[in-house]
Amino acid sequence: MSMDRRQFLKIAGLTTIAGVGGPAVVAGMKERLLEASELVDVPGRSGALTAQRWGMVVDMSRFRTEADRQKVIDACHHIHNVPDFGNPKDEIKWIWPETYEHAFPGREDEYMPHALKEMPFLVLCNHCANPPCVRVCPTKATFKRKDGIVMMDMHRCIGCRFCMAACPFGARSFNWRDPRGKDAQGRPFIRKDNPEYPTRTIGVVEKCTFCTERLAKGLQPACAEASNGGLVFGDLEDENSNIRNKLRNHFTIRRKTELGTSPSVYYVIGGTEHV
Amino acid sequence: MYDGNKIIIGLVIFGLLIISPILYNTIGKASVPPEPDINTPEINKMIEKKCVEPKSFMRANHMQILNDWRDEVVRVGKTRTYVNGEGKEFNMSLQNTCMKCHSNKKNFCDKCHTYMAVKPYCWDCHIAPKEKTT
Repeated sequence: MSMDRRQFLKIAGLTTIAGVGGPAVVAGMKERLLEASELVDVPGRSGALTAQRWGMVVDMSRFRTEADRQKVIDACHHIHNVPDFGNPKDEIKWIWPETYEHAFPGREDEYMPHALKEMPFLVLCNHCANPPCVRVCPTKATFKRKDGIVMMDMHRCIGCRFCMAACPFGARSFNWRDPRGKDAQGRPFIRKDNPEYPTRTIGVVEKCTFCTERLAKGLQPACAEASNGGLVFGDLEDENSNIRNKLRNHFTIRRKTELGTSPSVYYVIGGTEHV
Repeated sequence: MYDGNKIIIGLVIFGLLIISPILYNTIGKASVPPEPDINTPEINKMIEKKCVEPKSFMRANHMQILNDWRDEVVRVGKTRTYVNGEGKEFNMSLQNTCMKCHSNKKNFCDKCHTYMAVKPYCWDCHIAPKEKTT
């Protein structure tokens, strides 16, 4: 088919008009579509717990026995469907015990009490004020919320594990295996799933979220609730909060403060006798 | 045109091949669009069978609502409360709101999704309810 100059210009002109008109039509349709699903912000209506900056104090004087610690870990890992792959290489952990010298490297002294050196500290994501994991995430799958929580959006995680390399606390775990799978004995990795909370999928990074789903319902994090006062959760910016009260009355340390990430999790080592 | 007849016959065969899927679907057995099943104990218990938004809206736009909910819950996360056109409030949750009523994923979600050959990855992470069809 031959085409003269006049025809070509006509067609070109028409497609240009269509090209300009197209996006406007699409945008208009989209606006109408979104009308009914507009997000209405209803502050305080649902009774959610809110804060300027959430933080936690781990009072080690309340975690004397293995059972004390395990109760807290189980509470968290059960409600969040954290799988147990049964080997340390693939391990997924949101809150877990760590010895003093691993939790606070550089703070161990030659003649410090042996009991303290071996004491399993409960460690979790520090929800740093200056989180390196957030800075390195290429997809903004991990981000800092206005209330200080370093949150994960599993829908966006591509599993690059930059955040794991960036986190100086080892607070992040990668799903090397399908958490919904079963081990060689046919035992599911998630022993009993919580139908109210999603699982994760193979190839994403997960960590503690300070129980954002519970805060939205007005509940304390699961670990704090199960800890019998050993974990104090509250607003670090509110000077009348229970956590600030705890920090006022006890000597506390934080993990690796020299790195400048400013963790939001504080540790009381010995209890009142060390004040 | 050289070999005009052969070319025309070839073109006709080509044309038939191209439209054969359409012919197959119209002349052959009529393909019945699926009707998502809402026959669950939870929905049967409701006096007024109403979803979060009207049925026609949900049918066309449930994916947008789910997307908005997801962003609100995971990324904004203030109240996680959805207020619908009638002013009724809902907890934004696939597992705890949608699927509490639609406890028949196979006959509800999957029916259309399979027909339309769309594969949403919701269930890679979100736990599907125990199938409950009465």
